[in-house]
Amino acid sequence: MPVPPATPAANDPPPLSAVGGFIAGFSATWTSVFSYVLFGTYTGIGALAHDFGFSLPWAVLSTILVWAGPAQVILISALGAGGSIVEVALAVGLSGVRLLPMVVSLLPMLKRPETRAWQLVMPAHFTAVSMWVEALRLLPHEPRGHRIAFCNGLGTGYGICALAATVLGFYLAARLPPLMSATLLFLTPLAFFMSALRNSRMLVDRLALAIGLVLGPLVAYWHVGLDLMWSGIVGGTFAYAVHRVREVLR
Amino acid sequence: MSAFSGEWGAYLALILAGFLPNEIWRWLGVIFARGLDEGSEVLVWVRAVATAILAGVIAKLTIFAPGVLATVPTPARLAAVGIGFLAFALIRRSVFAGVLAGEAALVVGALVFG
Repeated sequence: MPVPPATPAANDPPPLSAVGGFIAGFSATWTSVFSYVLFGTYTGIGALAHDFGFSLPWAVLSTILVWAGPAQVILISALGAGGSIVEVALAVGLSGVRLLPMVVSLLPMLKRPETRAWQLVMPAHFTAVSMWVEALRLLPHEPRGHRIAFCNGLGTGYGICALAATVLGFYLAARLPPLMSATLLFLTPLAFFMSALRNSRMLVDRLALAIGLVLGPLVAYWHVGLDLMWSGIVGGTFAYAVHRVREVLR
Repeated sequence: MSAFSGEWGAYLALILAGFLPNEIWRWLGVIFARGLDEGSEVLVWVRAVATAILAGVIAKLTIFAPGVLATVPTPARLAAVGIGFLAFALIRRSVFAGVLAGEAALVVGALVFG
């Protein structure tokens, strides 16, 4: 063993129960702005599912299984408009690319030498913009021993909030005025933007955010396939290169 | 949904066109995260890519807006995001203030220019 056994024990407080970590994560959702944002977003998604003729159990299951706002908006509107399975799967798959780097950057914060891959499957499933942003902010204050449970608690809290909103939106759909639905749909980009801004403290993150904002729609406009992936890789790499150059010059 | 009509067809479509193409990225993430530790330099780049992709999603949702949001004119949507940003920057980097100001601006924009 390259690391002396005393070091991790000294860094970590005594191992806390998984239940304690779960409760800590779950409680954190109540004070998080994302609970309100998710509630608004998923009210919109519930209403959208209703308007496109899907059933309530279908809408609820889509929130549980897909658990990504933009993907669900695409799935419901494209499928509801009669798109083919392959076509819709491709669009959803492209919107989901962002989850890969999010999961890759989150999991190393949770892992310990003895962690098994299956223990990371739930935190990976719970990974969505809201959970990722909050986890990155809150995890450094949590003891490593219960970070997995913390993430599961966080994901469950947000999930319950989103499910309640999906049901509410489904029933409200017929009664919501269009302007109200528009403001609910607008919550997603606004809240994503504000929280990305808040989490961008380092120059590399701010640059990546700014470049992505411009490059994303440009690449989409040129109808390059996999537009989000390309704008992400180009924008992120450029931001990283600037960061490296600055480090070297310092 | 022609080939997948009916209640069960809708569930099959949910799995094939919704769950699997989305979840695959999370599973790949679990695989790629193996062997990386928290302090590794690669993660700074990975996070930058994730942030740039997220920025792309934000801009696309604003410019190529879904559903009824598309009925609000594009300049009004862009201005609302800008006003949200100003509120965020001016009011102690508060996410809540930014979201609230952006939404208020959207409603005003929709009523005046819609």
